Amino acid sequence: MTYRFDYSWIAEYWPVILKGLVTTVELTLIGTLFGVALGIACAWTRSLGPRWLRPPVVAYVELIRNTPFLIQLFFIFFGLPSLGVQMTEFQAAVLAMVINLGAYSGEIIRAGIEATPRGQFEAGASLAMTRFETFRHVVLIPALQRIWPALSSQIVIVMLGSAVVSQIAAEDITFAANFIQSRTFRAFESYFLTTGLYLLLALALRQALRGVGRMLFPRRAAR
Amino acid sequence: MMSFTLWDILRNLLLAARWTVVLSLVSFIGGGLLGMALLYLRIGKARAGRMFVQGYVELFQGTPLLMQLFLAFFGLGLFGIDVPAWLAAGLALILWTAAFLVEIWRGCVESVARGQWEASASLGMGYVQQMRYVILPQAVRVAVPPTVGFSVQVVKGTALTSIIGFVELSKAGTVVTNATFEPFTVYGLVALIYFALCWPLSKSSQILERKLNVAHRNH
Repeated sequence: MTYRFDYSWIAEYWPVILKGLVTTVELTLIGTLFGVALGIACAWTRSLGPRWLRPPVVAYVELIRNTPFLIQLFFIFFGLPSLGVQMTEFQAAVLAMVINLGAYSGEIIRAGIEATPRGQFEAGASLAMTRFETFRHVVLIPALQRIWPALSSQIVIVMLGSAVVSQIAAEDITFAANFIQSRTFRAFESYFLTTGLYLLLALALRQALRGVGRMLFPRRAAR
Repeated sequence: MMSFTLWDILRNLLLAARWTVVLSLVSFIGGGLLGMALLYLRIGKARAGRMFVQGYVELFQGTPLLMQLFLAFFGLGLFGIDVPAWLAAGLALILWTAAFLVEIWRGCVESVARGQWEASASLGMGYVQQMRYVILPQAVRVAVPPTVGFSVQVVKGTALTSIIGFVELSKAGTVVTNATFEPFTVYGLVALIYFALCWPLSKSSQILERKLNVAHRNH
């Protein structure tokens, strides 16, 4: 192959890439925080919450898990304005990520909660804890610890999936790559470089989540 | 100005959904075959083969599918091939699917108890015979539900091929929206069609999981 890589554009365009990197990290952080919170709420509803709330939560989870993230994003960004809900690209991207991760993490966390032995609830009750206190102190933390690896993988998947938010012009890494290739015509180089960035980001995120896991569950031996 | 009825919209989307189905089948079958070849290396004796597959999986699971599509689309062009969108889409999806299936299947083979290998070795079976008569029959039973479950990810993954210009359900959604100015209805319908494709797969995966686990429940 006679093709020669040409990275001479980097000097000029690295601020664009850096900005994209920051946006992707921001999206991932905010999306994860609120997404997992939503997931905990869904898991609580489905396994312990009021019965009448369960069917809508099941419908939400099934709908999100069985449709592509890209379509969820388009529906939020292009579809909702006809109901009078306007938002910026960044807000739409965050909302889509939260809704998406909420459904997946809800299922994962529910599995962790349902693996809790019945006796734990009874033990909580015998200590005069309310149902909510039992959930908060006795059930949730061990459940999270149990499913932490699965939850971490899902968060990495959502981070990688966020590449499509460039399609609504949210300025993430992929947006930077598209921008550079449209200016310099070095398509392969710009995508090659940004793919490498995503790979590094995925590895770093996995390490960070492992660290968070150790911080959240310090006294228990990792399984 | 032309006006579009709901039926016009739905008909166009359903026609495009055929290509989502075709692309999903190609990716799943192609990815399955490649995944089997990789699995052979991954659980084999050769260290180089195992390392190669580990690197392969890390690479394809650690980068966005969208980037893989872009690289296939523009990368093949470097060889002077004029790349049609369907070729890049099919290639990238097959490689991506294989990376996930090989990891799912490896877990299933490794879930077969160690003693089964030893027992079959003590009967004088060779590697191929062990696989054929002892390990695979048990591993396949474990592998069916997650494999069916993963097919949902493949169907959803095909949505990204719209971005490199392959006209399937998502692309049709964008095109129809541009013609009708009704994004709420169109993307709502697109979502429902994807749901109709994926939900039966998700459900059957759950049902299979319950059915095939019966043997394990008595232990």
